[in-house]
Amino acid sequence: MQSKRLGWILLAPTLVILFFFGVLPFIYVVYVSFHSWNPFAVNPDMVFNGADNFRKIVFDSAFLNSVGVTVMFVFFAVLSELIIGYFLAQAFMRDFPGKAIFRTIHTLPLIMAPIIVGSVWKLMTTPSIGIIPHYLDEWFGISMNIGTSAPAAFATIVIMDIWHWTPLVTLTLIAALVSLPQDPFEQAQIDGAGKRQIFWHITLPMIAPAVVATVFIRLMDALRTVDEVWMLTGGGPGSATRFVGVHIFKEVFPKTNYGYGSTISVIVLYLTIVSCWLLYVTMLAPRNKKD
Amino acid sequence: MRKPSPIIGLIFWSLVSVLTLFPIYWLFVISVKPAVQLFSTPELILSDPYWGNYAKVWGDRLLRSYMLNSVIISTGNAVICTVLGFFACYALSRFNMSGKESIFFWTITNRMAPPAVFLLPLFLLMTQVYTVGEWKLLDTRIGMILVYCTFNLPFAIWTLRPTVDGIPKELDEAAYVDGASSWQVITQIVFPLCRPGLAVTLILTWVFAWNEYLLAATLTNFNARTLTTGLSEYVTTTGTAWGVMATISVFTLIPALIVFGLVQKHIVAGLTFGAVKG
Repeated sequence: MQSKRLGWILLAPTLVILFFFGVLPFIYVVYVSFHSWNPFAVNPDMVFNGADNFRKIVFDSAFLNSVGVTVMFVFFAVLSELIIGYFLAQAFMRDFPGKAIFRTIHTLPLIMAPIIVGSVWKLMTTPSIGIIPHYLDEWFGISMNIGTSAPAAFATIVIMDIWHWTPLVTLTLIAALVSLPQDPFEQAQIDGAGKRQIFWHITLPMIAPAVVATVFIRLMDALRTVDEVWMLTGGGPGSATRFVGVHIFKEVFPKTNYGYGSTISVIVLYLTIVSCWLLYVTMLAPRNKKD
Repeated sequence: MRKPSPIIGLIFWSLVSVLTLFPIYWLFVISVKPAVQLFSTPELILSDPYWGNYAKVWGDRLLRSYMLNSVIISTGNAVICTVLGFFACYALSRFNMSGKESIFFWTITNRMAPPAVFLLPLFLLMTQVYTVGEWKLLDTRIGMILVYCTFNLPFAIWTLRPTVDGIPKELDEAAYVDGASSWQVITQIVFPLCRPGLAVTLILTWVFAWNEYLLAATLTNFNARTLTTGLSEYVTTTGTAWGVMATISVFTLIPALIVFGLVQKHIVAGLTFGAVKG
């Protein structure tokens, strides 16, 4: 094989760009996280306050609440996306008339900007002008108000996320299902295995890397979601949909609390990296090495 | 396996499609309503469309320049991320460099950063550090292209890695034996073989860049403003011009639709984020 120098040359542009636009800002955020700094307060100076911000975060119920809400959101949204996405992917494995058109339609939500998705769902669900509360009331007599009801707002966000991101899950799972070898399935059928047995013992283990990879990317993106939620509910009512991304956004923009906002970001980034790393080393990396 | 009749399949898929399309349809309905009608009782069926919003948006020269900026920024960013991502993947896949798996994981951590807090350091860097004389990186297209690399380049690397790993090393070696240079091996042997993966990476990074809002809203103010930031200009203190906003959204959707349609058939073949292997 050739010299490692060529490898580093090929990698260099990536490392340089990520250094200047990823690492340097990160160092700055870490630096600010050890300060109290609100540029629009009475005292606009950056004051070093050691680990005070980090001490504060442990007892900050608003932050801990936002972590809890985020975990719930990721759990419900990603689990539903996986289940629905798996069934749709299986359905797409069959041939039926109009398959190409239906698949194109199914991938459409994927190309919409999060901020537009947030706006259109807001227009559909705002009481009195939204179509969904209108017909829920007219047909079923259910009143739905995402401005006052925390469960309604939370459910709307979960459903919006499912609508927006299930196509990605479906596509990833189709890619995985297409590449499966046929022999084990035929063998299992000859041996008289039931549908459920085939799913748990053959299909699931074989598509596990794809499932984990999907969870990985959805987890990563769900933790930094701001646009859609900000547009739809602004984090409310109360703190029902105040996910960590929104929480940080509120700390930094309306409150201009840069010091503490940076601390929360560092902690959130740390938690994200740790959970993704655990997922990666336990589920993905061993399979990568095997070949 | 028993075969369900095609009629049931058709009904099932039509239902799924209606659910999928409804919000997009509703966006269109809002865009062809005059402002006064927005607050009346909503109706499912569209009657008497009003094209005033379209005339207004189409006639807006500013929005046309935003559109051009969006096209240039997302295309530039997608091409750069796909090409550099491919080079990086080739390096990670073929060379025995120390710590390469750590580098591989580290790249994706750049995508995990909560964007809100990173706006300030990026703003400061682009106004005070990344400058040449009078020229600043802030509010330039090249600036936005580079900033978008922070979330798209890691994504490209992670999507392409399994594809590049999947190309047998024996092919490279055979080409070297035949006297090809490294550059020839990379561009003429491996690159064409990765086409499905490259197509998907290109389209997804393009869509991510096209749809980005928060960074564009903060790091541009006139010269490099994108279409998504144009949306927020219609959210004012006196109320939101929903009709115009929906119209701009429709305009935002169309180019994405075209680009997506072009590579539709490659999508499944190349979508292997992380480590999908059969």
